[in-house]
Amino acid sequence: MRVIVDFDLCESNAICMQIAPNVFEVRDDDFLYVLEENPGEDDRSTLQEAVQRCPKQAISLED
Amino acid sequence: MLDAVTIVGASLAGFWAAETLRRDGFDGPVVLIGEEPYAPYDRPPLSKKYLAGDLDDDRLDLVSADRLADLDLDLRLGCRATGLEVTSRTLEVDGIAEPFDGLVLATGARCRTLPDTEGMAGVYTLRTRDDAAAIRDALAAGVRRMAVVGAGFIGAEVASTAVQRGVEVTMVEALDTPFGRVLGTEMGAVVADVHRSHGVELRTGTGVDRVLGEDRVTGVRLADGSTLDTDLLVVGIGVVPATDWMEGSGLVLDDGVVCDATCLAADRVVAAGDVARWPNPRYEGLMRVEHWDNAVQQGVHAARRLLQTEEEATSFAPVPWFWSDQYDRKVQLAGRTHPDDDVQVAVGSTAEHRFVAFYGREGRLTAVLGMNRPRHVMQARALLEQDASWDEAQALAADWD
Repeated sequence: MRVIVDFDLCESNAICMQIAPNVFEVRDDDFLYVLEENPGEDDRSTLQEAVQRCPKQAISLED
Repeated sequence: MLDAVTIVGASLAGFWAAETLRRDGFDGPVVLIGEEPYAPYDRPPLSKKYLAGDLDDDRLDLVSADRLADLDLDLRLGCRATGLEVTSRTLEVDGIAEPFDGLVLATGARCRTLPDTEGMAGVYTLRTRDDAAAIRDALAAGVRRMAVVGAGFIGAEVASTAVQRGVEVTMVEALDTPFGRVLGTEMGAVVADVHRSHGVELRTGTGVDRVLGEDRVTGVRLADGSTLDTDLLVVGIGVVPATDWMEGSGLVLDDGVVCDATCLAADRVVAAGDVARWPNPRYEGLMRVEHWDNAVQQGVHAARRLLQTEEEATSFAPVPWFWSDQYDRKVQLAGRTHPDDDVQVAVGSTAEHRFVAFYGREGRLTAVLGMNRPRHVMQARALLEQDASWDEAQALAADWD
């Protein structure tokens, strides 16, 4: 599974970071960094929640 | 076991309820009824990029047409629920009765309006895509002056968008401090300062006496006796939950559909989003939340509740959170503030409009407010979910400098 962030849409609300801190990090520069682009299946339901709750709908998952 | 589910309300909570039913394997019929003629769309851009004319209609869609089709919904747009009777399990849509089995109530809320303004040109509320398009077109037509009544977050975002287009904007707020009801006096003043620094005029501590004009608005007479000339009036004085059509349904209606802690309002009837009022076990009393994130989460939770037995059901216990984009500032608030909370700037500077503030009472952290500090807000939000103490919050902040 691949995590894709549309950085044109992302506004660093950091919701994803709270849901999946092992995959997403908003740093002090206020930009989002994807720490793990190909997370394991164990993370799927957590990442789906991050997709749902991103206020900018900037995250998608690809198999 | 459920045979079919009807969802009333095709916005955020209703859409995510439908999506969750499918994701969790429900393969019976799902009806999604929406009053507006549009497929589910996202409302936050309406007061920002969409209003500025920087976002096309199709970019508002919550999901692509393909993904929506994959959900295999009976999507009934432009249809309005007009009545409900829970005991006989009858829903009325555009005056025609039909049976239901499982029911999700997600009809949201309607804007409050000022008296004697119905049909008056130039007076707007902002809730729907049509509302936003009308204000956008009025701005594009070159209005010079705009008045915003009510310094809440929607009004503030509209003011922000308009003033950046060169419109003279005046915000009128009945309270002495804009945003004071949510942010408290001290932090409300900081957000007010952001608006003033961008050229918005703020008139606080005075309500509206009446709106002036015959067919078209020309101004506003304020309660302090002064008059404000304007070409455009945007009214942002809050919303009321859309429960009028449920009168006599057998449900308990009291500033929303009253549910139990699991979002259940009656047997196989759940509610979610702005219309739902429920006892969040984190807080005292009943709670109704009008935020985007709550509509998503509660839509998911309520749909799952329909699929669960009483033994499986869990309480819906979120820490409320919202964001508001104004100018180049991102305001985020997590938790629940009280008027008598202690407020402390934990990091950054309110003068620079980049900071995090903690709200606390009786030794507990109650809320966290951030301006252009999303990372820290989310770290503090995690503490709120653990019901952290004020001292634990201080320890977190000590790592921030």
